[in-house]
Amino acid sequence: MRAFRYHRPADVADAVALLGAEPQAAYLGGGTNLVDLMKLGVQRPDVLVDLTRLPLDTVEELPDGGLRIGATVRNSDLAAHPAVRRDYPVLARALLAAASGQLRNMATTGGNLLQRTRCVYFQDTGKACNKREPGSGCAARHGQNRDLAVLDWSEQCVATHPSDLAVALTALDAVVQVHETDGPRDIPITALYRSPGTHPERETTMARGTLITAVRLPPLPAARRSTYLKVRDRASFAFAAGSVAAVLDLDGDLVRDVRLAYGAVAHRPWRAYRAEQELRGHPFSPALAARAADAELAEARPLRHNGFKLPLTRAITVRALTELAAS
Amino acid sequence: MSDDAAGRAGSDDTVGRAGSGDAVGRAHPRLEGPEKVTGTARYAVEYPVDGVTYGWAVPSAVVRGRITRVDTAAALASPGVLAVLHHGNAPRLAPGPERELWLLQEPAVHYRGQYVAVVVATSLEAAREGARLVRIDYDAGPHSTVLTDDHPGLYKPDHVNPSYPADTAEGDFDAGYAAAPVRVDTTYRTPAYHNNPMEPHATTAHWHDGRLLVHDSTQGTSSVRATLAELFELPPESIRVVAEHVGGGFGSKGYAKAPVVLAALAARHVDRPVRLALTRQQLFGPIGYRTPTIQRVRLAADTDGRLTAICHDAISQTSTIREFAEQTAVYTRSMYAAPHRRTTHRLVRLDVPTPFWMRAPGECPGAYALESAVDELAIAAGIDPVELRVRNDTAVDPDQGRPFTSRNLVGCLREGARRFGWADRNPSPRSRRDGRWLIGTGVAGSSYPARARPSSATATARPDGGFLVRINATDIGTGARTAIWQVAADALGVPPERVEIRIGDSDLPTAPVAGGSMGTASWSWAVVRACQSLREKLRDSPGEVTAEADTTDEVGNQPARPRYAYGAQFVEVRVDVDTGEVRLNRMLGVFAAGRVVNPTTARSQLIGGMTMGLSMALHEEGLLDERYGDWVNHDLATYHITGCADVESVEAYWLDEQDDELNPAGVKGLGEIGIVGTAAAVANAVHHATGVRVRDLPIRLDKLIGVSSLA
Repeated sequence: MRAFRYHRPADVADAVALLGAEPQAAYLGGGTNLVDLMKLGVQRPDVLVDLTRLPLDTVEELPDGGLRIGATVRNSDLAAHPAVRRDYPVLARALLAAASGQLRNMATTGGNLLQRTRCVYFQDTGKACNKREPGSGCAARHGQNRDLAVLDWSEQCVATHPSDLAVALTALDAVVQVHETDGPRDIPITALYRSPGTHPERETTMARGTLITAVRLPPLPAARRSTYLKVRDRASFAFAAGSVAAVLDLDGDLVRDVRLAYGAVAHRPWRAYRAEQELRGHPFSPALAARAADAELAEARPLRHNGFKLPLTRAITVRALTELAAS
Repeated sequence: MSDDAAGRAGSDDTVGRAGSGDAVGRAHPRLEGPEKVTGTARYAVEYPVDGVTYGWAVPSAVVRGRITRVDTAAALASPGVLAVLHHGNAPRLAPGPERELWLLQEPAVHYRGQYVAVVVATSLEAAREGARLVRIDYDAGPHSTVLTDDHPGLYKPDHVNPSYPADTAEGDFDAGYAAAPVRVDTTYRTPAYHNNPMEPHATTAHWHDGRLLVHDSTQGTSSVRATLAELFELPPESIRVVAEHVGGGFGSKGYAKAPVVLAALAARHVDRPVRLALTRQQLFGPIGYRTPTIQRVRLAADTDGRLTAICHDAISQTSTIREFAEQTAVYTRSMYAAPHRRTTHRLVRLDVPTPFWMRAPGECPGAYALESAVDELAIAAGIDPVELRVRNDTAVDPDQGRPFTSRNLVGCLREGARRFGWADRNPSPRSRRDGRWLIGTGVAGSSYPARARPSSATATARPDGGFLVRINATDIGTGARTAIWQVAADALGVPPERVEIRIGDSDLPTAPVAGGSMGTASWSWAVVRACQSLREKLRDSPGEVTAEADTTDEVGNQPARPRYAYGAQFVEVRVDVDTGEVRLNRMLGVFAAGRVVNPTTARSQLIGGMTMGLSMALHEEGLLDERYGDWVNHDLATYHITGCADVESVEAYWLDEQDDELNPAGVKGLGEIGIVGTAAAVANAVHHATGVRVRDLPIRLDKLIGVSSLA
């Protein structure tokens, strides 16, 4: 492990300034992903800027009915927050479906959004990975790719984003509040992540050094009827083989509004706009939900080992929406 | 029937009655339990050592080839780095049979991950960073790392592990098979499985005046000492290997492995103590793993389900530098009777690390195939799979032609069926559904040889009325120390509190490794003899007296008889009709394994083995990337092992079994029988639930998704 310096910034502006002054610096949240990657030599920062003492650790109920979640709020605290449980059950369920109790106690909201792919080739410096080392190639494209993308991948990268939280936030149209050198800015989470394209090393639309300070959830009364379904290869403590975040608003049996996002299918949390469009304004039925999922997945290009993700994602779309419709 | 023995540890059942000679059979927590749970028990790299340094093993980046250049300049310039050992500068080792351990001696690379350098530094982090900076150039050649059933390199080994013939034949299988009215011909595949003990392979090595002191994480320090003596060309007396506590091994620590050799080399080179522990990632390959297998099983029976012909052809892999031939089809030789039988083993030498022991090598993957095929046969014959197994029971070992010393397979099947509620089962697949879940049940038999090896031990009477028993047994977390203590107390006829046990040190009387389910049988044999001898001596001359025992002759002269433990495993699973997810509802095993010394730790061994079998059935799979000649999912986030949430209910019971032709303690061993048959029971239950027969493990959702429209 490379020797590194450690800084504890006084405030948000200080943190952003430190990153601006140090080209090899990295922000440290709970450390549940970064520290592992440092041990493996995948990330090699020479300065760590520890954010966990900054006053970003509260959940605030907003006058408009929305919620502001500080960037250093721990996953377990967020999952247990009464307003989250009441108004955004999809979010609580996504959090509790992730990792282990110990990890959730450490992991932060901002860090969770910026965690790196669990593609095995990315995590091994002995193997080719354009994301880790641009230009070295993508060993996963024709390698062991069961866990990887079926949508929107490129010849340069077939990685998936591993977060469950980000999938729920994508369905909820969350807004990511960031601080850059010239001040604060809001980024819709649906515009935060990039497709891999020819530069898979660029994962978000944020400039280097940008600090996530909070995540804002707009009011969405329909989200009281929401859920997160995650399927994985064992009962707990595993990344998703497939996941869906769903919000359903029915008027009688007519779909007044619906929000759907998928995990484990792409380089970013996948908002299923096309499926939503198929559903909106029509009487709900499981068959309609299946058609909507098929429409969303029509352009999927499964890799050698992950064709199962298409029927799996369809199945959990139908199940999530059918359960919500019946609730 | 020790009805609830498995679960009970109540105060009135605990060890400690005054010398009543009934310590054996009573539940007792591990003697070292308090040290372990309070963190004071020391493991191999936790001993405080003055001036200690840290070693980091550097794996080869190519699969097969030669090192052409080692550039250590950048590593040596890195802060804290003391030395970089490689084939050009490492101390010399004797070239011997241990080719795998002849490390840092030659430029040749035989498999990816072979250790080709060691960086020694003043801290672990500095060593790791130094290892990253070592630049090694290779001249790499083509490689072959994937096992196939038509590999041009397939050959018949001289024997299979440990010393069975590679092939056997009785009667005329082909004719018997062709003539039978009911037949099954199927092929099963299992992937590579990787031993992942909690404590990795780890060593602290310390040279002083030409003597070597090693704290090693191993299943047997006598064996490690012998190997080091050979490699370093030292008399065994000048080497001491200590393993007081070991955090698991599952067979992978059954012999000396690379870390102990590398640490000893490095410590000699830098003339300071060296600690070297593998990372989790490094446990995937170079320390041994369970070979992938391809197994064709053919069974033939009459219409009553009585087997007439059995054939098991097993294919597995070994490395190019050492032959390890997994005894995959040996299970089939003695499990069920038939007039026409044949078994074969074929191997391929691949450019891979050598596979090695992993909990029930041979029996575990072999039973998966045979017990699955028996289930398929039962369906083909229209006979209940418990009943079919009962009909094919045999009092005489079909392989050796001699009667078993005891065989309680039928007892296990009957008792398991009763406890599990098997009688109510509708045999038709897909006959039970609860909402989105298809529910099914399955059964499998299991057996494991009950063997013993020679051991020595001493027993000493102390002036204060206490006793000291010394034996180089190893407790790898199983409760061996406690079991020996209970046996010794009864053999001495004193309350256990008066007995002290010393194990885990090669300076103690030589004893075999903790492996092959032979530990308690072998060690207790020597302990009983030493204690008996001490009692005799004390009758003549009371006081501080020591008695020694060595069971070499007695074990060697034991009549050759087939000795086996048996079990029957029952499993209920549910399978999600849409997603194909498999979940275990319950798992129940009944075993017959001779005398049970300590119900508390016996139960742990059995449910641990069963859980590991579940893990094999549903979760574990080493994914090899042929281009790199390497397993790519080499951590516990991507190589899935069954977690607590996957095991909703697991129960283990045992029959009272007295077998006087085993060993003085009457034990058969419990370390491995629990994993044998589990995977087949799970696979059979999945078939019963869904109608889908998955013949390549693990049974993951992608093999069952859309099961609503299958079958």
